[in-house]
Amino acid sequence: MHDGFLTYANSRYLKLAAAVCLTSIVAYILYEPVDEHNGGTVLGYILGTVGALLIFWLTWLGIRKRKYGGHFRLTGWVSAHVYLGLSLIVVATLHTGFQFDWNLHTLAYALMIIVIVSGIFGIYAYARYPKLVSANRRGASLDDLLTQIGDIDRESRQLAVGLPDEVSSLILKSCEETAIGGSIFRILSGKAVNCPSDNAFAKLRGLVSSVDQEHVLNTRKLLVLTGKKCGLLGTVRRDIQLKALMDIWLRVHVPVTVALLIALTAHIISVFYYW
Amino acid sequence: MSEEFEIAIVGSGPSGLSAAARAAQKEISHILLETTDHASDTIYKFQKRKFVMATPDVMPLRSDTSFAAGTREEILEKWDEEIEHQKVNISYNSEVTGISGEKGNFTLEVKGGRTIKANHVVLSIGMQGNLRKLDVDGDDWEYVQYQLDDPEEYEDETIIVVGAGDAAIENAIALAAQNRVALVNRKGEFARIKAGNLTLVTEAIDSGLIECYYNATTSRISPGEIVLKTPDGETTVPCDRIIARLGAMAPRRFVESCGIKFTSDEPSALPELSERYESSVPGLYVVGALAGYPLIKLAMNQGYEVVETISGNEISPADEPLLEEKFAALHGRGVNEVLKEIQENVPLLSHMSALQFREFMIDSAVHLAKPGDVIFKRNEYTNSVFSVVDGRVNVQINAEDDNELVELKNGSFFGEMGLIAGRRRTATVVAKTECFLVETPRRAMLKLISSVPGAKKVLDTAAIYRQIQTHLTPNIEKELLKEIVDTATIESVSAGEKLISEGDESDHMFIIRAGSMTVSKVIGGRSVILSYIPSGNYVGEMALLNNEPRSASVTATVASEVIKIDAVAFRELLGRENELKQVIEEKFQDRIVENLETEDRPEAGDIIDFLVGQGVGEASDVLLIDESLCVRCDNCEKACAETHGGISRLNREAGPTFENLHVPTSCRHCEHPHCMSDCPADAIHRAQDGEVFIDDKCIGCGNCVNNCPYGVIQLAYPPAKKPGLWSWLLFGSGPGPGQDKTNTTKVEGARSVAAKCDMCKDIEGGASCVSACPTGAAIRVNPEEFLSITNLAKSS
Repeated sequence: MHDGFLTYANSRYLKLAAAVCLTSIVAYILYEPVDEHNGGTVLGYILGTVGALLIFWLTWLGIRKRKYGGHFRLTGWVSAHVYLGLSLIVVATLHTGFQFDWNLHTLAYALMIIVIVSGIFGIYAYARYPKLVSANRRGASLDDLLTQIGDIDRESRQLAVGLPDEVSSLILKSCEETAIGGSIFRILSGKAVNCPSDNAFAKLRGLVSSVDQEHVLNTRKLLVLTGKKCGLLGTVRRDIQLKALMDIWLRVHVPVTVALLIALTAHIISVFYYW
Repeated sequence: MSEEFEIAIVGSGPSGLSAAARAAQKEISHILLETTDHASDTIYKFQKRKFVMATPDVMPLRSDTSFAAGTREEILEKWDEEIEHQKVNISYNSEVTGISGEKGNFTLEVKGGRTIKANHVVLSIGMQGNLRKLDVDGDDWEYVQYQLDDPEEYEDETIIVVGAGDAAIENAIALAAQNRVALVNRKGEFARIKAGNLTLVTEAIDSGLIECYYNATTSRISPGEIVLKTPDGETTVPCDRIIARLGAMAPRRFVESCGIKFTSDEPSALPELSERYESSVPGLYVVGALAGYPLIKLAMNQGYEVVETISGNEISPADEPLLEEKFAALHGRGVNEVLKEIQENVPLLSHMSALQFREFMIDSAVHLAKPGDVIFKRNEYTNSVFSVVDGRVNVQINAEDDNELVELKNGSFFGEMGLIAGRRRTATVVAKTECFLVETPRRAMLKLISSVPGAKKVLDTAAIYRQIQTHLTPNIEKELLKEIVDTATIESVSAGEKLISEGDESDHMFIIRAGSMTVSKVIGGRSVILSYIPSGNYVGEMALLNNEPRSASVTATVASEVIKIDAVAFRELLGRENELKQVIEEKFQDRIVENLETEDRPEAGDIIDFLVGQGVGEASDVLLIDESLCVRCDNCEKACAETHGGISRLNREAGPTFENLHVPTSCRHCEHPHCMSDCPADAIHRAQDGEVFIDDKCIGCGNCVNNCPYGVIQLAYPPAKKPGLWSWLLFGSGPGPGQDKTNTTKVEGARSVAAKCDMCKDIEGGASCVSACPTGAAIRVNPEEFLSITNLAKSS
């Protein structure tokens, strides 16, 4: 009763895609072209047509997934999208007859491969990261974590009042300048460079033993709070890193698909034009 | 020398006053006798400045005395004015101590030696002279009281108000102005109170002004504290004062001394009355609260009617047109004739007084079914109860074989199992002959059960038999079950209470008729949950079969009800019925295997424990997310918003997670929905497939939002207009698919209404959150499937 997109309906689409690939390969081996294997042979046209139809259909997922309700399971569509998309590697490559050159036709092929490779990363991301997200968050939601950080900041500010400047300035900086996220590279790294909270934590350790006796207790409390905050920040950064990883490949997959559609259309028109 | 009158009216409450006013208007010689020195003592004793309501709203007022919703003071002042103006012959300080004689020659003894002769007597003494007491240990504490005259007398006290009727609610709200007040409600909802009070008390509870203990009863009292039995166990609440408003009972001794018979020996029984309110003593009439109708407007109508009757005018009751319309389909038969036929034929409905029954019928619907008409289908989630007035219906008791039938004759009722368990219909019911059926909705049925003990008894007895037959012994003749049914009792179990303790001697088995249970066992010093048992199953049979101590503990996950079956009777039945023994043995083997499997993977038990903690124990369908597949795309939320006018009823990320199993904030479609418990507009319903939904009658009061323990209902303004896909794509108009369409500002003329998951009941293809999940992480499960969910733990 419970299937992921990779095993949907007893891996129906894996089997279908395998059959498509196998048929293509067998046909390719059995078929003897007059000249040589290329897109212009009968088999080449057949494989080209199948490939082009597959590409248009696969792109349609972008529209389909935005039409909500009705008798369909998006999981099934995604499952088919994944396996039939992979089968394109075989279908399209056999269509080319391994004839590559610096031309529009190979550009379309190359764009398709980029789309597929980004998609393969997508499969990897979808298979691996969801569990890591859960494990990282340990049952808390992102909002919970951010609220906890906010609470710690508020408490820290109260504690810092009346403490020596060197302590309170660290806390103030930690509260006001700690950033989550930032550039795409920063997000994907999952780490922060020179994070004011990390700095505050590192420096507070030394300060606990050097502040006046009357301030030791509160400084130590701040050390604990800041340490806790750093831990939470780590979790949050890891969380948005993992979510970014699950999302980033689409930023390649979708635009390149649009480019592919244009190149593919040009490829088809040019082929018929120069027939 | 005694005074003589055509009509003597005893008691000057709303009904008595109205009767006297009618008599005065018609210039009939009359006397209105009042014990106290003021008219209408019950209203007089209402809390000062109490706002008196004029329910039921649909009922017209027919009286020479005026009455409209207003404060106690306004009403009393108006009445006093009218008594004088209309020349009502009222005699204060005249307590009637005895009534004797017969029609045309009654003698009323009045305290102080005065005697009054009358041709007819109208008894309208109400019930407030005879208040119901708490009757628990320690109720003689000096700060236990049954009346509250002026709430302003008390300040800064902790006061416990026991009761859930209008009086209790009004006292509690008034006291809360300057005291800490807690209400003790025996039920999980306020079923019997006026809509206006319902709104007030809900607001007060929601805002934290009043604390409310639901499903709680008083266990005992000691000075300074009250001990309550609640679904979560016993709690002790410290208090300065206890005010118990438990209603009143008929002053039976006095009424019986006048020769009037009662309908039964039940403490709550009412005098036997004709439709014209005439008692078993001809010429002696009973109206008002004592006649079974405590609402002011109705009592006043009765006062008017009774005088018309005495003066020989046949007039129909004020609610007649409502019932006429309802019975229009019955080929123009008279209302009284139909009412009589229904009550005479259906024992379940026979315990109501004529007036209660009229109101009951205003809430109900009548159906004429033709042979072959399906009344309801197995697995539907509807929860009305049907009574067969005339004709026969067939109940298809076997899901596999439509020809296995149980015939129900006129006088029987069906559909009560859905009402009790809050779950799917267990059988399909088809009309066998032409049938005259009365269909009563859940709310009216709950009111009947809570206010008429006789009906509850009829319902429970039949339900025990049917539940035993359905869930335990489908193929056994009714006669063979007699002993089991006779010794069976219904017991309630609070959430978390142990029904069976491991190691105990076993002398009963149980059928769960409402709620659900978990079975657990101590393994390696730790209690491990072995399985989850929804209602409609039995537990405790293992030890009985083997005559051994209990091998596991059974604990209620939510407030539940069980049928307790005596071991001796059950063993005897098994001894006689080999086939049954075999069936039970088989199920027993299955359970052993199942338990062993779960013992092998204790994490499955932890998951059940977690799910039960999330209210899945009372759910009929719940959305779960397998986080090992969820890519956090929120397409489920987008799909929900897109298919429900732009407002998502689901918050994917909120809600707890256990291992990889996430319970998002989304409706559980509870078996006994908390949201339904006090919807003043009656806008929340359960659809045929179990979806609990809110219809457009919603007035946006927010009661359901606050009553839902899972926080899945929100109040929302209508969303912004949605553009077409292409105009969004090409021209960027309006919020696009999946984008937030929530109106953050109040739209002119719009009002916020409650929005919750309706399981996409109006959308083809089922729940759109599930169909829109790209990776198959979102799943919907019902109680029967929980165990398979624990496999998620295994696979992860």
